[in-house]
Amino acid sequence: MTTANTSEPFSETRIVTRRLHERPDDSWTIDGALASGAYDSLRQVLAQGDPSAVQAEATASGLRGRGGANFSTGQKWSFLPKDTFPRYLVVNGDEGEPSTFKDRMLLERDPHQLLEGIVIASYAIQCNLAFIYVRGEFALGHDRLMRAIADARAKGFIGKDIQGSGFDLDVVVHRGAGAYICGEETALLESLEGERGMPRLKPPFPAIEGLYAKPTVVNNVETLSTLPHIVRMGGEEYAKLGMARSTGTRVCALSGHVKRPGNYEVEFGCTFRDIIFGLGGGIRDDNALKFFLPGGASFQWLVEEHLDEPYDMDHAAQKLGTSLGSGAVMVFDETTDPVRVAWRLAKFYSHESCGKCTPCREGTGWVEKILYRILHGYASPEDFEMVCDVADNISPNFMAAPFNQTTLCPLGPSVASPIASLAKYYRDEIIERIAAQQAEVPA
Amino acid sequence: MTTGQAQTDTELVTLTIDGREVQARKGELLIKVAQENGVYIPRFCWHERMEPVGMCRMCLVQVDGMRGFPPACTTPVAEGMVAHTDTEPVKKIQDGVLEFLLINHPLDCPVCDRGGECPLQDQTLAFGPGESRFTEEKRHFEKPIPLSGLVLLDRERCIQCGRCTRFAEEIAGDPLIDFGERSDRMQVVTFPDEPFSSYFSGNTVQICPVGALLSKPYRFKARPWDLSTSETTCTTCAVGCRGALQSSSNRLLRLLGVDLDAVNQGWLCDKGRYGYEWVHADERVLEPSVRVRNAMVDVSWPEALEAVANELQRAIELHGPSSVAVLGGARGSNEDAYAWVRLAKGVIGTDNVDAQLGDGLPADAVLGLPRAEIDDLDQAAAIVLLGPDLKEELPVLYLRVKQAAVSKKVPLLDLAPVDVGLTPYATAVSRTVPGEEGVAAERLVAAIGGRASGDAGIDAFAAAATGRSGPVVVVLGRGSVAQSAAPTMRAAAAFAALPNVRFLSALRRGNVHGALDLGLAPGFLPGRVTLDAGRGWFAPIWQTVPKERGLDAEGILRAAADGKVRVLVLLGADPVADFPDTDLARRAIDGAGYVVAVDAFLSESTRRADAFLPCTVWGEKAGTTTNLEGRVQRLGRKVSPEGTTMDDWRIAGELAVRLGNDFDLEFVDEVTDEIATVAPAHAGARSQLLRRSRDGVVLPVREHLHEIMVRTGDLNIMAEDGPAVSWDPIRVDAAEPSEEGDAAHEVDEARGEAERLEREAPAHHEWDRAANVGDAPGRDAYALRLVSGRELYDGGRITTCSPSLAPLRKDSALMVHPQDLARIGVEEGTQVRVTSSRATVTLPVRTHPSVPAGTARLPFTADGRGASELIDTTTMVTDLRVETIS
Amino acid sequence: MFTDDNRARARDIVAQYPRARSAIMPLAYLAQDQHGWLPPEAIPEIAEFCGVSAAEVQGTVSFYTMFKRRPCGRLVVSVCTNVTCLVVGGPEILEHLEVKYASDDDVTVEEVECLAACGNAPSMQVNYEFHERLTPEVAEAIVEDYKAGRLAARTVSGTPQ
Ligand SMILES: Cc1cc2nc3c(=O)[nH]c(=O)nc-3n(C[C@H](O)[C@H](O)[C@H](O)COP(=O)(O)O)c2cc1C
Ligand code: SF4
Ligand code: FES
Repeated sequence: MTTANTSEPFSETRIVTRRLHERPDDSWTIDGALASGAYDSLRQVLAQGDPSAVQAEATASGLRGRGGANFSTGQKWSFLPKDTFPRYLVVNGDEGEPSTFKDRMLLERDPHQLLEGIVIASYAIQCNLAFIYVRGEFALGHDRLMRAIADARAKGFIGKDIQGSGFDLDVVVHRGAGAYICGEETALLESLEGERGMPRLKPPFPAIEGLYAKPTVVNNVETLSTLPHIVRMGGEEYAKLGMARSTGTRVCALSGHVKRPGNYEVEFGCTFRDIIFGLGGGIRDDNALKFFLPGGASFQWLVEEHLDEPYDMDHAAQKLGTSLGSGAVMVFDETTDPVRVAWRLAKFYSHESCGKCTPCREGTGWVEKILYRILHGYASPEDFEMVCDVADNISPNFMAAPFNQTTLCPLGPSVASPIASLAKYYRDEIIERIAAQQAEVPA
Repeated sequence: MTTGQAQTDTELVTLTIDGREVQARKGELLIKVAQENGVYIPRFCWHERMEPVGMCRMCLVQVDGMRGFPPACTTPVAEGMVAHTDTEPVKKIQDGVLEFLLINHPLDCPVCDRGGECPLQDQTLAFGPGESRFTEEKRHFEKPIPLSGLVLLDRERCIQCGRCTRFAEEIAGDPLIDFGERSDRMQVVTFPDEPFSSYFSGNTVQICPVGALLSKPYRFKARPWDLSTSETTCTTCAVGCRGALQSSSNRLLRLLGVDLDAVNQGWLCDKGRYGYEWVHADERVLEPSVRVRNAMVDVSWPEALEAVANELQRAIELHGPSSVAVLGGARGSNEDAYAWVRLAKGVIGTDNVDAQLGDGLPADAVLGLPRAEIDDLDQAAAIVLLGPDLKEELPVLYLRVKQAAVSKKVPLLDLAPVDVGLTPYATAVSRTVPGEEGVAAERLVAAIGGRASGDAGIDAFAAAATGRSGPVVVVLGRGSVAQSAAPTMRAAAAFAALPNVRFLSALRRGNVHGALDLGLAPGFLPGRVTLDAGRGWFAPIWQTVPKERGLDAEGILRAAADGKVRVLVLLGADPVADFPDTDLARRAIDGAGYVVAVDAFLSESTRRADAFLPCTVWGEKAGTTTNLEGRVQRLGRKVSPEGTTMDDWRIAGELAVRLGNDFDLEFVDEVTDEIATVAPAHAGARSQLLRRSRDGVVLPVREHLHEIMVRTGDLNIMAEDGPAVSWDPIRVDAAEPSEEGDAAHEVDEARGEAERLEREAPAHHEWDRAANVGDAPGRDAYALRLVSGRELYDGGRITTCSPSLAPLRKDSALMVHPQDLARIGVEEGTQVRVTSSRATVTLPVRTHPSVPAGTARLPFTADGRGASELIDTTTMVTDLRVETIS
Repeated sequence: MFTDDNRARARDIVAQYPRARSAIMPLAYLAQDQHGWLPPEAIPEIAEFCGVSAAEVQGTVSFYTMFKRRPCGRLVVSVCTNVTCLVVGGPEILEHLEVKYASDDDVTVEEVECLAACGNAPSMQVNYEFHERLTPEVAEAIVEDYKAGRLAARTVSGTPQ
């Protein structure tokens, strides 16, 4: 994993990525982890002996889920119905959002940090069985996690009567098998139950009826990896980092046409310029920036004029009509054909559509086909308006964000984001292009 | 226990749909509430009888205060809700979803079975865009592919609504189809080596909203607009499912399930659905014939009737009325049964009459035990299953019990002798030793009374049932026809001690309950009254009434075998195939002086007949039947009879005239009305009332007047799929007549009639539990006790004479526990010698973990593959010795 | 079908979960490891372990791309062409390898979605081992190394062997 050896003025704030930077050769081993403070926070929590105190710290920290939906972690835990047991913690390690690669790094390079977070969270919500759903393709991550679980069990951090506290926790690792939609929490639960990974209707939400119809919390790998640090620092202290309701740091996966792509842990409140130019070293070959995707593939694109906007979840949603999503920032330079990127994203959504609901199952593939026509020069002049209308039928009023949906889950409407972006920034260009293509076709 | 009643005891809310204020039960789904109030929200995936899934997205609406566009099919109504179903954004979404559905849907309506009755087609016209903007190549699949022997799948037409897969899992409990693949390749799949061999597969064709699932028997047979339709009742088994029977050019072509809330809720089993084929079988006998010097000769009806009447007359005169016996009648209508009872008991004067063939329960118990309705299952405190495998013998009752256990969470106790279709859904299982059912029942009574029964399963069940309100429903039948009815009766005697217990008698033949109710059993007269109690009532109405109680089927067969029966009438009965002891049945037919067959087919029994009077069958005749809960419903006449066949009731009338007694009954409705006037339990069940009452009427009418639902509109089978819901029932509250003048009037009439009969006619028979104790004989350590029951696709006529069903019959083998196979010392599938006190036969043996050690299971048939040679009806149970062939 | 060892393993896997059905995917991996692909014969056996019908197992496994329901090569080469790889040479690598190994039964080349290796795009996996910062030539050399045994491959499920 490349990490920037930055000489720029803007720098990372390393909290969840600290160990793996400090101990590049053994951060994932039990010895390496223990030597750098792993499980200290867990001991502290167990010594204190008050699950609700952990919940209170999580709430005070302002931590919001790092899986993409930005929902408050403390609040999510509080939805569990009192006195209903068993309940489950399910860890979302299915990272499949295009250009997102931070969870994979955390799994491969610091599994003990994740496990510590899992035990702390399980203790906080009083569950005795946790499941880690690991993306099927992460073979190395899976190996290391299994090893880490065995080692943690041997050292008494997992299993019966953890560290003499009387608290029991078993952890089961479940491998995905190649389906992006299983990152969506209810599809993930279906998959964990041996079903096809098709999202469930909500309500009921997982906190009420989740895995095996029992109350369940689904949290992302990075979210849980942050917990030991919140315990260590104290929730309030953690909340001082970041800006407004975006507290703390997040690992931003920077990729594309930048000089130094990689995972960077940044404090919220920095700017996109800090990330792309500060940490990423700017655009490759010093080309001009064409556009960038600020939060994975599913949200609307930004351009040059947005570089100085703050990296803040609410600002992105409310002011920029997009989202910081999964924490991926994808950068495309002037050599990029935006239609090609949009087409490839549509192809992705079409391939990954679970098939359950009509607009996504049929619509994503149709969008892909129309964009393909535009890309390869046999579109007709109405095609761009048509693809916009198709997008609108998947996500009514699709140019505005956050999106409406005619679908069952948010995967389908994601395909409307690249269309909206094309319409916003490149409409004229595309219409001219189609006209030019038409002119070339012999009558 | 109708929906109508349940509605009154739940909270009502007021909401607004498209500006109109309406009331509904809290929590009811918006899509349904809207529909009930005349607002049709288009839909594909939602089906009223299944859990909503919100997949197709056709039903999206707007609700004030809710973000986005919630699906009406998953949104429960709440107080003060304001919903909009016809706004511009909603219309655009409907257009959009239809366009999406059509982009990959072939436009082959002209060659599609569903063309003309297709919800996709209809909704496209009503709600869709003008034309598709999709110019790309549509998705292609090989088509159609067989999912089973009965159902074909055209994957190109599938709109992935999941109705079929959900039905298979949720309703039928046969998850043999599922979605495979994903994205726009998602398709319905079976596992290649395992066809969709569900007994309920045909329902998926009916609920498929496009022509993706096709019935092999119906495919390319007709266009919907060429079909003519009548409502009818299925008589394949005693559940009495409601159906819509369709024909074209005097051929029956299709039976569709109609949603009779109280019975089949829209579903049919495949045997019922496709069994109409036998009506047109080549084997049908269409002309009367009589035996002349050892050969059957076709004659005219008058000649045939004359011949039979003469034989009857001679027998009565020379040997007395009881030299005549009548077997059968369980496959006809109530009118057939009544006319034959009147002929036998009221004209001839014999009580040697039995509609059952030794494989059921004593009429005494069936008529006298307190009855449950099928709907009681859903509200029961607990359900006890003691009897045959309902999935094989009463398939739709299996669905209802399963629904009660799974969806309504009613505790279910499985006391069958071997695993049955319902076993996976049982709260507790206690495998009774065949013959010792009484012991199990006594244990249950102890456990429910709070005492430990000594059986963990029974104790667990009693614990689950404790504190629940509602009746205890006992499904009572013979777990095996290889044992006598005595153990079941002993169990019934024990169960009868339970508080608020009600029984559903698990008898199998289509109208067996109607036949018994109308007196086709020794010791009874029409309307659930005993011979003794009813003699004074019937004697003045009829010509005569038998002097003493007659013989049941077994007695009749023994008497016939001994040469004591001068005329044996087989009223649609085939004792050689159906009576548990084949050998006795054969000897009886040979020993009877003169055999009259009133039947549609030649069988092993009727082949020997001296006179063959060919009768009409289901589909060709009108009338009524009575199902296992005592519900009287009408039959639909959809094709005119073939040849010169005659209704059974008319044959009885013709014979009566020739014996000097004119019934004076010209039309079938007159028979129905006579029943309603003379048969105490039927008092008030007049043809006029039955014609209008949607769910039939449950006997005795007087106790069930409040359940009567009167229909106003026309039947629309596709109602739940199309905008035109034209079948609106009105519940008639008998206590306070509603504005529906006519309906109220009819109900009033029924009440008057019932009250009159209650004053004047004899009281209904009640069962005496005292005389029903007995013990099962011990079995020796090396014997296996035989358990035998029917399979759905058995050797019966419906299966063998329906080309679509015949191939579905499975090979049978003697099933034993693996331990027992090891003890016998042979491999799976080996032929073994099986010996009972009656016979020795050679059969293949196989293991099945569901068969307890010490028990052997063999399906009941009489064609050498089944158990009938082995069963000894003179003993209470049949024990087998199984040996290697050396 | 399962070897005795794998039957024992399968029982352990089933026991991990509160409901047996959850074991469908892990058992499918187990079968795939044993056979080198997921043959139809494995399906009923998985169904039996999980207490479901074969159709349900079929429905589940066919949802996921990592279960190979047709025989595949000993080496499965998964090349990402999603957007980051798209703009830095992924499709070119895919095409190169597809042509090169078109008739090599040992190697199955497939196009896949984002592998979460975009920091070092373009990337691919060989039996789920990551290889990043590729060119067509480097990618080919890596596959050759596996073929020749210079690199130890995982199973086609990605299990270490
Ligand atoms: C289509 C789709 C894909 C998703 N993929 C992931 C994913 O790969 N990893 C993840 O943690 N969350 C993913 N999510 C978000 C999850 O549904 C869920 O919000 C998250 O796991 C909750 O954890 P958090 O609160 O800790 O973020 C996805 C959501 C959608 C709609
Ligand atoms: S939006 Fe797509 S992924 Fe989500 S449920 Fe519908 S078909 Fe499945
Ligand atoms: S989504 Fe409501 S009917 Fe299909």
